[in-house]
Amino acid sequence: MSELHALTVVSALKGLRAGKFSSRQLTEAYIKRIEEFNPSLNAFLHVAAESAMKAARAADKKIAKARKTKAKPPPLLGLPIAIKDVLTVAGMPATAGSRILEKFVPSYNATSVQRLLDAGVVILGKTNTDEFAMGSSTENSAYGVVLNPWDKERVPGGSSGGSAAAVAAGLVPVALGTDTGGSIRQPAALCGLTGLKTTYGRVSRYGLIAFGSSLDTVGVLAHSAEDAAILFNAMAGYDPLDATTVEGKAPRIKLNVKAEIKGLKIGVPKEYFIEGVRAEVVSGVRAAISQLEALGAKVREISLPHTEYALPVYYIIAPAEASANLARFDGVRYGLRVEDQNLIEMFSRTRGQGFGPEVKRRIMIGTYALSAGYYDAYYGQAQKVRTLIRGDFDEAFKQVDLIAAPATPSTAFRIGAHTGNPLEMYLEDVFTLPANLAGIPGLSIPVGFDQQELPISLQLLGPLFSEGRLLQVGHAYQQVTDWHTITPMDRL
Amino acid sequence: MPLSRKDVEHIALLARLYLTDEEKDRFREQLSNILDHISKLQELDTHHVQPMTSVVVEQSRLREDVAGPAMPREDLLRNAPDAKDDQFRVPPVLDSNR
Repeated sequence: MSELHALTVVSALKGLRAGKFSSRQLTEAYIKRIEEFNPSLNAFLHVAAESAMKAARAADKKIAKARKTKAKPPPLLGLPIAIKDVLTVAGMPATAGSRILEKFVPSYNATSVQRLLDAGVVILGKTNTDEFAMGSSTENSAYGVVLNPWDKERVPGGSSGGSAAAVAAGLVPVALGTDTGGSIRQPAALCGLTGLKTTYGRVSRYGLIAFGSSLDTVGVLAHSAEDAAILFNAMAGYDPLDATTVEGKAPRIKLNVKAEIKGLKIGVPKEYFIEGVRAEVVSGVRAAISQLEALGAKVREISLPHTEYALPVYYIIAPAEASANLARFDGVRYGLRVEDQNLIEMFSRTRGQGFGPEVKRRIMIGTYALSAGYYDAYYGQAQKVRTLIRGDFDEAFKQVDLIAAPATPSTAFRIGAHTGNPLEMYLEDVFTLPANLAGIPGLSIPVGFDQQELPISLQLLGPLFSEGRLLQVGHAYQQVTDWHTITPMDRL
Repeated sequence: MPLSRKDVEHIALLARLYLTDEEKDRFREQLSNILDHISKLQELDTHHVQPMTSVVVEQSRLREDVAGPAMPREDLLRNAPDAKDDQFRVPPVLDSNR
């Protein structure tokens, strides 16, 4: 048996149920790893060692009882996990990576978190993120950058960089993230993980500190498609507290061990293999697509003609929604307040001091795009072009079952590489943004390494609610390759 | 279209966002660059395109209007920067334009 901290979700759950180790032992092993490596990696913002140990002991009792009564224990009983710090966990701080929420302790659980707790998980803590999930490197966190466990001079990606680094480094077996423009798939890609962005409306956003409400999704960063599927099953489905969740029960994903992808039609969009994409990324992704072809998939080139407009559309819609969502941080009900005799001054100074540069920038862009005289030219036009981007995918999925493309144009970049040039940073998400605009699910999986031993990742995109298909193909690939099993855990 | 410093100040006022002089200068330049990139959208003819306002196509349904359990008041007030007598306290509202 491999070391406890190197377990997958599947093997951890198997071991717990078989009594090979207890949840207490497992949780302790991860807390030890966190104590040893988090001071340098900065992946966790809050470590809940005490409550985690308490939950682990309670889980052990339930496991013992279930064994005695031959009852079926909750599916994730005793499994340690971490939660991105934009999701609320009752009684734990929720900073969203921002100074403005430094002292905020919510009294309720996000629905995604509640469902995982109902399934028996042990929460180890909250993970670092770009402020309000706005960024692609975690350099925008008010609490310091997260280091990439593969190379500590590089970023782990973002905004779910804390979750990505924590899982990659073996500080936790699996973590929740959120994806508004690539914030799960891109850090998963840069850290060599399997990252699942769910369909908009599949997992409740209740308790997710809102960034772009028509784009925000909750998903998973894991070591394998199998692990991601287990977490997805526990979270997905209608929630009366989120009116945009789709009614009815979400179908349970069951991955076929001998996954057959024979005859599956995969489209490769030519607009994702453009100048500016690193040659090593292209060849790694092409090799992975050939591998899928060898497994029986039928591969053909397709076109998503409006791809180049995704970035400008996103950088109107997301900041516009953010500027509205972040209006609530005004120093009245929670978070920071900078005192002033004048109410408007109090609002404005609180926000001026509480928000970091990227958040301010996006509030400014969004406010401008929504302001009188500019609304139609910017926001209205962006909503229309969003329809065209969605239409590209609708057309594509009439011809193919899935789309395969690079997850990112490059591998993990150096800390500071894009400092001072926001537009350059935005371009890091150029291949992940379109899925959020269309609302479709996406999966990134590691498919190789570049010459500097940094992970290269493939992105799979499918029609609305096709998480099962994406994970099945990811699983099939991971059955015949071992890229996803290679970790930086031993070289920290 | 480059933004003027006055534009930046106007947007910041709308957003209730205090900016230092240095921030105003930096944002003027950065926002102009970003808006320049965004203006690429103007090259598309979208006269016959409907705006996409939501991913979820189905009409949202209203839930029944019945009172459910609310969060305890003390839990919510605990996070307030200033609270008194079960209420949030703020600087004077009416004479705030004094």
